Amino acid sequence: MKTIIEKLNSKYNLQEIVYQRDNLVFAAINKENAIDAVTYLRDYEGFSHFVLMSCVDWIEDGKFQLLYLLNNPTLKSDLGLKVYIDRNNPEMVSAHHLWKQIWTYQRELKEAFGINFPGSPRVDENFVVEGWTDIPHMRRDFDTHEYAQKTYFPRGDRKTNDPAEYMRKKLYPNQPITAKQRKDDK
Amino acid sequence: MINKFLGFKPDEKLLPSQTVTTDTVIDLSSHKYQKIWLGPNHPGVTGNMSVELTVQGNTIMKAKTHVGYLHRGFEKLIERRLFVQGFPTSIRMCVAEPDTNEYLIARSTEELSGYADAVPEYANWLRMLSLEMARLQGLLRGVPGQGGTFALGIGVQWGVYLRDLILDRFEELTGARVYHMYIIPGGVRGNLPEGFKKRMEENLVEIDEFIIRIKKLMFHNSVFKTRAVGLGIITPDMVDKYGIVGTNARACGVKRDVRKDNPYLYYDKLDFDPPTATEGDVYARTWVRWQELIQTVDLIRQIMDKMPETGDIRAKMPNVLNWKIAKGETYVRLESGRGEYGMYYVTDGSDKPRRINLRGPSYNHAIALFEDMLVGADVADVHAIMVSVQSCPPEIER
Repeated sequence: MKTIIEKLNSKYNLQEIVYQRDNLVFAAINKENAIDAVTYLRDYEGFSHFVLMSCVDWIEDGKFQLLYLLNNPTLKSDLGLKVYIDRNNPEMVSAHHLWKQIWTYQRELKEAFGINFPGSPRVDENFVVEGWTDIPHMRRDFDTHEYAQKTYFPRGDRKTNDPAEYMRKKLYPNQPITAKQRKDDK
Repeated sequence: MINKFLGFKPDEKLLPSQTVTTDTVIDLSSHKYQKIWLGPNHPGVTGNMSVELTVQGNTIMKAKTHVGYLHRGFEKLIERRLFVQGFPTSIRMCVAEPDTNEYLIARSTEELSGYADAVPEYANWLRMLSLEMARLQGLLRGVPGQGGTFALGIGVQWGVYLRDLILDRFEELTGARVYHMYIIPGGVRGNLPEGFKKRMEENLVEIDEFIIRIKKLMFHNSVFKTRAVGLGIITPDMVDKYGIVGTNARACGVKRDVRKDNPYLYYDKLDFDPPTATEGDVYARTWVRWQELIQTVDLIRQIMDKMPETGDIRAKMPNVLNWKIAKGETYVRLESGRGEYGMYYVTDGSDKPRRINLRGPSYNHAIALFEDMLVGADVADVHAIMVSVQSCPPEIER
C-alpha cells in the first residue's frame, strides 16, 4: 500500500494521509483530480471493487467531505479518497461511468445532502424521501427533533424520559452529577 | 412449437421484437407496452420495496427499484445520540441479521477510541458465536425462502420453525429474540448460560435433518430446477462492475469472503472453505447458500469446541455517559449472510458520532444490479430473482 500511496502522492499531491490500519488508508485529494485518481486506481493499481461513496457535513468549515472508498481484492486493502467541496456550491463531477452502482450513491447524496452530480443518471429522482420540501435531511443543520415536533401530532398522555438522565440513574445510581455534566446535558 | 391457444405456430417474424437493446424506444402510447407496479409488498423474505416494471406481454423491458417505505433516518438519528445510545438504533438497520450492526458499531468505536486490543479473548469467541448464529437463522429463512418464490411453501414453514429454535438460544443468551444488543463496546453483555452448548447441539442435530429434507424438497424438484436453472445469471465480469459481494459473487466463481480475505475475530482459527459454483444463476446461488447452511452449522460446532470454557466477557471501558472519542474515521467490514457488510464511522472529538454510513450488500444488489437483471426476464420470475440476490431494503434506506 505504501508504494501505491507514494505513487499517488507524487502524481496528485495528496493531503491528510492517515494509515488507519495496515490495510486501510485515508487521504484527501483536490476536487479537480479526484475522479482522475479514482480511475487511475481502478485501471492501474487493481482497486477494482468500489466499496462505498459517502459524505460528511463539516458545517463549521463550510465544507462537505465526499469519500470514495476503493478496495483492492488482490492486496486485500482499502483506500479512502476524500474530497472537500464547497458547502455553498455543492457540486461534483459524476463518476457514474466507472462503476454501475455509483449513480445510486450520487442520487442518494443529491437528495440527502443536496450535492449535485451533473450528468449522473436519475440524479434528480427521489431516493427515500418522496415529496420532501425541507432542507436536505442529512445536513447537520436539519434538526430531526424540531422536525418531529413540528410534523407529528403530539400525544397528550405520552411520558418522555431524557435518555441520558434515565441511563445515568440506571447505570450509575450512586455517582453524583457534576456541574459540567449538567451543563453538557443542557 | 405449436401455440396451444392458437392451435398453430405463429410466424415469429411478424411478432413484435422482445429483445431489449439500447435503441429500444419504449413509447407507452403505442399500446405495445404496459407499466405495472409490483409492490410495495413483501414477496417472500426480502422486505418492503417495489419494482416499477415496463412490460411487453410477459417480458420485462425496463425495471426501476423503488425504496423508501422503511426509511426511519437511523444514520441521522445516531448523530444526535451518545456512542452507546447508537446501539438500539443501529441494529434495526438490518432485520435479517441485526447482530452484524452490533459488531460493526462496537468495533468502530473500539478502534477509534484505542480499545481495539482491549476486548478479552473469550468475549471475541462469544461475538463470533452470536454472528454465526445470526447467519444460521438468516439462512434458515433464506434458503427455503427461495423455494417459496416457486410455490414450495412448505420449506419456508420448516425453516421458520428451525429459525425459532435459534431465536430461543438467542433469547437465553441475550434476553431478546430478534434485536439482541449483545455485542457492546469492550466485549459482550453476558456469558453463556449453563447447558447452552448442549441445547444448541440438540438444535443443530434437528437442523442437520432439515438440511437433508430441504435438499430433497428443492434440489430434487423438477419445478424448482426447471425454473431456477439459467435464471438471473450473474457472470464473473459483472462482479466488480456492480459491486457484487457474498454468495452472489461466489455462485459465479468469484471467491470472495471477508472472513477469509480480511479475517476478523478468530475466523483464521476456524477450518472452513467458502463454497462456490460457476453457473451464477438462481439455482447456483441457492445451491451455494444451501452448502453455507451446512458450513454454518459446522462453524458453530467448531466455535463451541474451540472457545475457552470461561473468561472475561468485557474490558473496562470509559463511562459511557461521558465518553468522547477523538477526531478520526474508519471503515470496518464483516461477512454477513448476504456478503460484505461494512460501516464508515467518523468521530469529531465530541460524545456523539459525527457520521455513520452503513454499506449493505443490498444497496448494489437490489438497485443497479437487480434493475439490469430484470430486463428480458419474465414477470413471473421477478420475485425469484429478487430473493436470489438477497435484497434487504432496510439496509438500503437506513
